[in-house]
Amino acid sequence: MKAAVVVFPGSNCDRDVAVALEAASGAAPNMVWHGASEVPDSDLIVLPGGFSYGDYLRSGAMAAHSPIMRDVVKKAGDGVAVLGICNGFQVLTETGLLPGVLMRNASLKFVCRDVRLRVERDDTIFAADYRTGDVITIPIAHHDGNYFADPETLDELEDSGRVAFRYCDQAGTVSAETNPNGSQSNIAGVYDKSGRVLGLMPHPERLADAALGGTDGAGVFTSLLGALN
Amino acid sequence: MKARITITLKSGVLDPQGKAIANALGALGFDGVEGVRQGKYVELDIDESDPGRARDQIERMCEQLLANTVIENYQFELEAA
Repeated sequence: MKAAVVVFPGSNCDRDVAVALEAASGAAPNMVWHGASEVPDSDLIVLPGGFSYGDYLRSGAMAAHSPIMRDVVKKAGDGVAVLGICNGFQVLTETGLLPGVLMRNASLKFVCRDVRLRVERDDTIFAADYRTGDVITIPIAHHDGNYFADPETLDELEDSGRVAFRYCDQAGTVSAETNPNGSQSNIAGVYDKSGRVLGLMPHPERLADAALGGTDGAGVFTSLLGALN
Repeated sequence: MKARITITLKSGVLDPQGKAIANALGALGFDGVEGVRQGKYVELDIDESDPGRARDQIERMCEQLLANTVIENYQFELEAA
């Protein structure tokens, strides 16, 4: 699996995700500066977490217009897998590769803690190593993770099975109490129509090694390895 | 020309910041505040003297970057420099 990680000014999870990718695949990803015009030939492009451009204007808004993003959008159209984590998810919604928008958390507070996620489907390149209904523990760390889409878009996401993960409790129950940021329908991650673009607010790379306190996040990277190798 | 652009949340989009502001105003003793919606204000100078062309450019700026039209509306006024 050839992977590339895009580095924006203000990205801060680029190295963590590179470590997780290398642990899964044995190969270090290409680190690609946002000012480059082309992503090297890759099976997977990762947009990492962080605070690209200091979250100026709106989270992800400036990064969405970085030179490299034109090629990321083009390659996504050609079927290259794209994974956006946290700020990367925000960038994907701003480019229009994913629907909806990540608004300020309903609590108005930055939330940094482990959350429980329910895996909504396991027949995708990102989640094949989980089972549908699995409850996994992954950390979130964001101020703008409150997923919003208009009612038609939400219906379409639900009807076409494009919700990837939902915030839940230990038993997998999804409720207002298990919603850390006000997201509609407790949505933590969504797929595009092709299923080859995933954006999620939680950080799988932060719990992808036993030394970090858990390995529930590793499944995202091993799933990709299985699908793209 | 100078453009004064106001970006606001669409009606129906929850505005937790506006709600917090309304609560704070209540705490300060302003009892009559029935609702607060907050937004953004952008002022920019544009090297264009034709109002029609300026209007067209500002509109494209709003659509492509300044506003996220999934959740935001924008309006603007132009003023000769």
